[in-house]
Amino acid sequence: MSIAAKFEIEYLQYLDAEGKQVRDDLPEFANDLNHMVELYKLMLSTRVFDAKSVALQRTGKLGTYASCLGHEAAHVGIGSAMKPEDVFAPSYREYGAQLYRGVQPREVYMYWGGDERGNDYQKEPARHDFAWSVPIATQCLHAAGSALAFKIRNEKRVAVCTIGDGGSSKGDFYGAINIAGAQNLPLVAVIVNNQWAISVPRKIQSGAPTLAQKGIAAGLYCIQVDGNDIIAVRKAMGDALDRARNGEGGSVLELVTYRLSDHTTADDARRYRGEQEVKDAWAKEPMKRLRNWLVAKGVWDDAKEEAWKNECDEWMDNEVNAYLETKTQPVTAMFDYTFAEVPADLAKQRDLALQLDKKAH
Amino acid sequence: MAQITLIEAVTQALAYEMAHDESVVVLGEDVGVNGGVFRATQGLQEKFGELRVLDTPLDETTIAGVTVGLAAQGMKPVAEAQFEGFIYPMMEQIACHAARLRNRTRGRITVPAVWRAPWGGGIRAPEHHSEANEHLFTNIPGLRVVMPSSPARAYGLLLAAIRDPDPVMFFEPKRIYRQYKEEVPDDGEALPLDVCFVLRDGTDVTIVTWGAQVKEALEAADELAAEGISAEVIDVATLTPLDFDTIAESVQKTGRCVIVHEAPKTAGFGAEIAARIAEECLYDLLAPVERVTGFDTHIPLFRLEMKYLPSTERVVEAAKRTLANS
Ligand SMILES: Cc1ncc(C[n+]2csc(CCOP(=O)(O)OP(=O)(O)O)c2C)c(N)n1
Repeated sequence: MSIAAKFEIEYLQYLDAEGKQVRDDLPEFANDLNHMVELYKLMLSTRVFDAKSVALQRTGKLGTYASCLGHEAAHVGIGSAMKPEDVFAPSYREYGAQLYRGVQPREVYMYWGGDERGNDYQKEPARHDFAWSVPIATQCLHAAGSALAFKIRNEKRVAVCTIGDGGSSKGDFYGAINIAGAQNLPLVAVIVNNQWAISVPRKIQSGAPTLAQKGIAAGLYCIQVDGNDIIAVRKAMGDALDRARNGEGGSVLELVTYRLSDHTTADDARRYRGEQEVKDAWAKEPMKRLRNWLVAKGVWDDAKEEAWKNECDEWMDNEVNAYLETKTQPVTAMFDYTFAEVPADLAKQRDLALQLDKKAH
Repeated sequence: MAQITLIEAVTQALAYEMAHDESVVVLGEDVGVNGGVFRATQGLQEKFGELRVLDTPLDETTIAGVTVGLAAQGMKPVAEAQFEGFIYPMMEQIACHAARLRNRTRGRITVPAVWRAPWGGGIRAPEHHSEANEHLFTNIPGLRVVMPSSPARAYGLLLAAIRDPDPVMFFEPKRIYRQYKEEVPDDGEALPLDVCFVLRDGTDVTIVTWGAQVKEALEAADELAAEGISAEVIDVATLTPLDFDTIAESVQKTGRCVIVHEAPKTAGFGAEIAARIAEECLYDLLAPVERVTGFDTHIPLFRLEMKYLPSTERVVEAAKRTLANS
C-alpha cells in the first residue's frame, strides 16, 4: 500500500502559563518591549471594557451581551497583526481585535444597547470592517468574498474572519476555506477554540484531534496555537497574513483558549461545566503570563498596572456616558436604510409610523 | 438589428454591463467554460477572464456568501443559482446579510448584488428544477424581487438590477427563455425597477401577473376581446417594492381583477395583491377578486405538470366570472 497524503499539525507556544519562555527564538516584535507593553495595555483595557459591559447589562442598561473574558490574547493578537487596509469579519465577541482597529467602546455599548448605529464604526480602519455576525459562521464567506475582490482587483490586502469551535462545524466555514484554497485567496480564518459552544463541549463538535486540520482538506496552511499566549498568536497571525499578502494563499489558525465567562449574559455556565475545569482554566489565563513576563523584563509593575487600570476605568466611564447620552434614533430611521432610497410604497408606511409616533407623544 | 430570445437578452445585458463596469463579476456553478446550463453566460468567460466569470465550488451557500463579501467590497457580483429549486441554501445569506447589511450598518456597508435564477416550471424538468417560490423572497425587507416577461424586459430590467445599489433577486422564467424572439437594441438602456408595465389597455377587467404567465394573460386578453370583453394586462415586473398604484388605478377603472401566478395559492404573492385591493379599492370593485394560481401542492413531474400550471383557459374563465358576478 502506498500513502496518498500525510499531515502534521504544529502547535505554537512561546510563554507557558507562568510567563516563562518555552523557546528562545522570540519573534522580532517581541523584542520590542514597548510594543509588548502596548499589547498588554490593550488586553487590560479589553478586560476592563468587558467587566463594564457585564455590569451595564446587570443594571439593565444593555441588552444581552457576549463577554470576551479569557480571549484577550487571542483577540488583541489578531488585531495587532493585521494591517489597516486588511478587512476583519468578526463574530460577536472579538472586542480586543476591534478596539485595536478603532471600534469605540461606545459603539459596542450602542449595539448591545439596541441601536444600529453601533455598527456604523466611525473610525478607520474599523470603518471598512464588517459588523459582527450573529448567524454563526456566515461571516467566513463574507471574508472569502472580500478576499476574492482583493484578488480580482490585485490589491495586497487580506481578509480575516474569526469563528468559534462550534462555528467551525458549519458548512459556511468549510465553504469559505474551500473556495479560498481553490482560488488561492488571501484569507486567514481563525478558529477561536474556547472549548464551548454555549453548553456543547468541543469534543461534540468534531472527532478530529485538532480543529486546525480542517484547513488541510481545503488545501490551506494550518497551525494550532496557544491562544492565551499573545506572542504565539501574533506570530502565527503575522506569518499567515504575510503569506496571504504575498500570494501564497490562505491559512486556518486554531487558537486554543478558554471562555472564562458565561456564553452571554443570558447564559449560566454553571449548568453545564464543572468548577474545577474553570479553576484550571484560570490558571492558564492570558493576562497573568504576559504580566509575569513583562515584570521579569523590568518593564511592568504593580504601580503601572494600577495606574493603567485607573486610566481604563476613566476611559470606559467616558464611553458609557457617551453611550447613555446618545439620543434614540427617530422612528423613521427604521425606514431610512432598508433601501438606498425609500420606495414609494414603503414611504407610505413610514408616514404611518410617524403619525403613530406623534400620537403616542 | 438582431432578434433575440429572453436568454440571449440576459447574456447581452451581462456582456454589456461587464464591458462598461469593471466591478461587475459573474459567479456560479458552470457559468464559465460551459456558459451556464441554460447558456445565460455563454462566451462571457472568454471575453472577461476566469476571475470575472468565476466557476465556484459546488456550494450554494458559498456562492451566496461570497457574493455578499464581494458586494460589500464594492464589486457588483451577479450570482447564478443554477435552478430556483437549489436556492434554499442561499436564503440564509440573502435574508440574514444581503438584505440587511445596509440597515444594520446605517448605510456603511451595502450589497449591490444580483442573484439570477432560472425560475418556474413548464420545461419537463426533474424534481426541484421547476420551483416557483418568489413569494419566499417578497417577504424579506430590503430585497428587490424582479421577474422579466420578455426579451426586452429581461435586458432592461437586468441592467437596472445590476446598477441598483441594493440586492436584487432576478428570477428568469425559463419556460419562455427561448419561446420567441424580439428586437432588443444593445444600447445599455435600463428599464425602471419598482414599476408595473401595463401591456394592454382595457376597460372591463384587469389581469395582473408576472414572468411566464404574462403569455397566458395576453392570450386570455385576446380570447376575451374576441368575445367583446376588454381586458387590461399588467406585468408586475418588480414584485417588491410593489408599484400598487398602477394596479389600483387599473382596478378603479375596470372594477374587476384577476391575479395569475404559477406559485402555490396559499400565501402566494397574489394573496398580497388581493389583500391590498381589498384594503384600498374595495368600493371600486364590481366583483370579487379572482386568483388563478398553481395548487398548494409540489409541482408535479412532467406528466401532470401542465395540469398544475395556470392555463389560458382558466384565466379566461376567471375573467368571465368577474363579469358574470357583477
Ligand atoms: C446559525 C446559528 N445557529 C445558532 C445560533 C445560536 N448560537 C449563538 S452562539 C452559539 C454557540 C457558538 O459557539 P462557538 O461557535 O463555539 O463560539 P463562542 O460563542 O464559543 O465564541 C449558538 C449555538 C446562531 N447564532 N446562529
